[in-house]
Amino acid sequence: MLSIRNIVKQYAGHRALDDVSIEVKSGQVFGLLGPNGAGKTSLIRIINQITAPDSGEVFFNGEKLNQSHINQIGYLPEERGLYKKMEIGEQMIYLARLKGLSRDEANRRLKIWFDKLGMETWWKKKIEELSKGMQQKAQFVATILHEPELIILDEPFSGFDPVNAEIIKDEILELNKKGATILFSTHRMESVEELCDSIALIHKSHKILDGTVKGIRNSYRNATYWLEYNGAALSFDGKQPFEVIEETAGDDNEHTIKIKLNADSSSNDVLQYLLPKTRINMLKEVIPSMNEIFIQKVNQIN
Amino acid sequence: MDKILLIIQREYITRVRKKSFIVMIFVVPGLILAMGGAIALIAKNSDELTDKEVVKVIDKSGVFAGKFKDQNNLKFETSTQSLADLKADLKKDESLSALEIPVDYAKKNAVKIYSKKKPGITLTQKIQDEMNDIAVSAGMLKNHIDTALLHSIKSDISLDTVEITETGDNKTNLGANIGIGIACAILIYLSLFIYGAQVMRGVIEEKTSRIIEVIISSVKPFQLMLGKIIGVGLVGLTQFSAWIILSIISTKIAGHAMSSGGMLGALAVLQTIPFGKVLICFIFYFLGGYLLYSALFAAVGSAVDSETETQQFMFPITLPLLFTYILSVSILFRAPDSTLAVWLSIIPFTSPVAMMLRMPFGVPDWQLALSMVLLVITFIFTTYVAARIYRVGVLMYGKKASYKELLKWFFYKE
Repeated sequence: MLSIRNIVKQYAGHRALDDVSIEVKSGQVFGLLGPNGAGKTSLIRIINQITAPDSGEVFFNGEKLNQSHINQIGYLPEERGLYKKMEIGEQMIYLARLKGLSRDEANRRLKIWFDKLGMETWWKKKIEELSKGMQQKAQFVATILHEPELIILDEPFSGFDPVNAEIIKDEILELNKKGATILFSTHRMESVEELCDSIALIHKSHKILDGTVKGIRNSYRNATYWLEYNGAALSFDGKQPFEVIEETAGDDNEHTIKIKLNADSSSNDVLQYLLPKTRINMLKEVIPSMNEIFIQKVNQIN
Repeated sequence: MDKILLIIQREYITRVRKKSFIVMIFVVPGLILAMGGAIALIAKNSDELTDKEVVKVIDKSGVFAGKFKDQNNLKFETSTQSLADLKADLKKDESLSALEIPVDYAKKNAVKIYSKKKPGITLTQKIQDEMNDIAVSAGMLKNHIDTALLHSIKSDISLDTVEITETGDNKTNLGANIGIGIACAILIYLSLFIYGAQVMRGVIEEKTSRIIEVIISSVKPFQLMLGKIIGVGLVGLTQFSAWIILSIISTKIAGHAMSSGGMLGALAVLQTIPFGKVLICFIFYFLGGYLLYSALFAAVGSAVDSETETQQFMFPITLPLLFTYILSVSILFRAPDSTLAVWLSIIPFTSPVAMMLRMPFGVPDWQLALSMVLLVITFIFTTYVAARIYRVGVLMYGKKASYKELLKWFFYKE
């Protein structure tokens, strides 16, 4: 639904985005990853038509991105903010109307959301009377009230306590189930693995990695396994179908080692080899986490 | 377009609903009335405000003794005491002063006045005037000129001004013209600042509260800026309309309450001024000047992170206004048709204040038209410039804005 093609954005003195292309499919939860200053926010601003790229194009549902798409996008910026002196109900309705909703419709939907998130009593409160977490919740509602097709969330969980972060996460997933495409930028990797279908990794204004989370992690598998066994410590004579690459200090009875399979052997070969020799507690493949991949990739470039 | 209307609506309603706005509607006319009353009262009783003063006169020449005329708060007494004795008295009583007139009083600085506090300029002026009169009379007597005849010839002239117009001679009152001219100039100067600053503060508020990014993901920065400027401008118009209506009502009531001769006379004088024209021009120049300056104020607001940083940009922007304002209330009202006044009333950055000052005295139509057209062209131009700076500025944080930086922003592509 969102196709970003060869975007270049030049600021005085530095290039924020250099030939970045990303495809986001309809119904996906897409993670835009990258260290601080990588160019994520620049890209998000271009999608929101806050700034325009120097070259390259963005397509929204096959059409070239234009003003008519604004009402179909909901945007939660990293730096949150609302009018401090304005009553919250009125403010939510104002923001929704700016996105093309009628006053009555905005009112109706807002009531539903306020009920759902336990905010009924806030309606007449001014933003400055609310706690930071409450403000964030209100702003989240403002972002999605007009039921956009594409929801762009910049670091959505920063500033939430764990309870509210969980609530917001569930809401995001529910919106996704109802058909909204979610694009969110973060550098918190645990939420990426939990939420995202696909990701793109941006570093120093270049896209250095993209694909489905599963695919990427699979491509980083390298036949390494954790092996845990009970009994006397084994000694290997070189005929085993793997080599030991790491040995952790276990107690007398329990040992954990990291092994790398030989080229033409499988985990079954390992089991077969070991079964007569010891009691196996666990054999688990080491699949690098997104976090590890992220760090590895970024360091490679540096 | 719908979105601009929404923004205008929000900017307008949030301001008009504020308690301070509603209070201002009633307080300001009240204050002006009270101030006018107080000034009238003080002017009437100004003599009573100063203390009674007694001047002891030691006259060695014999020309002046007994000839001083007492005034409201000034009493002359011929004294036979010596200066030394008098000085002792002076130390005890502040309202007392001693005037020592030597025999050869005509010499420069021969006459001396002694008192505990420094004598006021009006006191010394009065005494000088009286002494001159007395000395002249004495001199005439000496030379056998009949002073009685002289007094009968002496006149007290004051001018009555009549302005010749197409419709007939108008009795004009320079005082009323000056009063209204200055009042309009002050009012327009203050309101340009007050509402311009409101726009700027609104922009800074949006920037520091970071809501700006949410808003401009829904509307174009230009729409937001224009909506804000128009919204705040409407607040200003509402305020003025309320004041005008209130003052019409109150003068009607006042007119009924006291139909004394003085009041009617004052009203008759005021009626010689083309109020309708002044009012229409006031609204025009308020709007024109406001649009011109508020766009610049908005650009300044977008370039900074907090209100304290605005100073360096505010000064050059407000300089032409301040300059015209100070000139207007100090010099120009005495010469509303001078070359300087005419030029200032045509140059767009200064015309709102200068033209309003000139209005009650009558301004040639071609000057008015030229000034208005230039004002409109200029505010379109400043709005364009401001919008280009604004669209970049609102997204810039933590960058110390300089003029060079602003220029760069102006040339940024979208």
